[in-house]
Amino acid sequence: MTLRDFIDKLLGRQPASAGMARQRLQLVLAHDRSDLNPELLEQMRREILEVVSRYVEIDLEEGDVSLETEDRVTALVANLPIKRARPKPLPPGGDPSMATI
Amino acid sequence: MSGKPVTSTQSRAILICSGKGGVGKTTLTANLGVALAKQGARTAVLDADFGLRNLDLLLGLENRIVYTAQEVLSGSCRLEQALVKHKQEPNLSLLPAGNPRMLEWLTPEDMKKITDLLAEQFDYVLIDCPAGIEDGFKNAAAACREALVVTTPEVSAVRDADRVIGLLQTRGIEPIQLVLNRVRPRMMANQEMLSVSDVTDILALPLLGLVLEDEQVIVSTNRGEPLTLNGSRSPAGQAYTNVARRLRGEEVPLADPSKEGQGLRAKLGRLMHTKIF
Ligand SMILES: Nc1ncnc2c1ncn2[C@@H]1O[C@H](COP(=O)(O)OP(=O)(O)O)[C@@H](O)[C@H]1O
Ligand SMILES: [Mg+2]
Repeated sequence: MTLRDFIDKLLGRQPASAGMARQRLQLVLAHDRSDLNPELLEQMRREILEVVSRYVEIDLEEGDVSLETEDRVTALVANLPIKRARPKPLPPGGDPSMATI
Repeated sequence: MSGKPVTSTQSRAILICSGKGGVGKTTLTANLGVALAKQGARTAVLDADFGLRNLDLLLGLENRIVYTAQEVLSGSCRLEQALVKHKQEPNLSLLPAGNPRMLEWLTPEDMKKITDLLAEQFDYVLIDCPAGIEDGFKNAAAACREALVVTTPEVSAVRDADRVIGLLQTRGIEPIQLVLNRVRPRMMANQEMLSVSDVTDILALPLLGLVLEDEQVIVSTNRGEPLTLNGSRSPAGQAYTNVARRLRGEEVPLADPSKEGQGLRAKLGRLMHTKIF
């Protein structure tokens, strides 16, 4: 937090807009560059979680699959905290907890 | 690098594009053309914005057009007849755009043909590209080996620039350099405008020039005399001259406008943006 942000907060003012512009651009460009629409990304996320959770139990609350972009290179970043490994992989479509994602 | 044939080893055909309209392509083409010519380079500016031609107006040459690129292509006149030489700056010539119906039949090969003809006589061929990423852009891009992308520090302009950069890169156009236009130092210092490094980081292109928002740009377009013509000391005029010098390989330092100034206001601005926790 900068002094400016702090004063803005004290006075109940809107924070400076450049930061928002930066964040919004980064997100929209990650999508533009990969040509993936949010729906496809969501479907991919679901399938990735499904495959991974056949092998390990993952924390679905904390898990996150997203597009990030830096230096004109877009990466699919999966951050999936592992609770514990499964003694034996489940068969495809075999994790009942996945029904809720 | 793409395998485009080089007509002259010295000649550089440079596309000036942006994606979004109204960000300053034509203004840059006119000022850069004049500045290069003044620095001794034989320079041609080609108006490839056939739908909305304006380059003639910004250069004050609108009353001297007889033939256009259209007649050159159809073979009804020679290139020399269509070129409009600038009176005050004889190193600079304009090849005017034909009428908007050219859009219906013009091909990338046509644009290449014209550019190659110009490259035989000029050191620099600057092509003022239309907005958008459709045929007009594709035709113009086919004729160039390098590009300048113009953008402003606004989300929509940066997003469109990003689109265009992607397309230029897949075409093997190299180098692609950035000109950031309409910069407002006060807004940047207050963090109410994307900073210079925000834009260069996001677009990941080398920055060739920074042009401040400057009323003199409008005054000069009213007159049909680009700022670089009479060595204007206005911020934008100096910026355009520096873009030309950098393009020619000279090292001219770039100042970060948001860190500029030793005044109390600038110091206070910096204090306000140091991280406290
Ligand atoms: N640095 C600047 N400061 C102030 N006005 C500018 C600046 N650059 C461009 N303009 C104005 O913005 C408008 C659009 O510029 P123009 O060069 O025609 O854009 P484009 O060719 O990209 O459509 C014009 O009215 C021009 O005078
Ligand atoms: Mg224009």
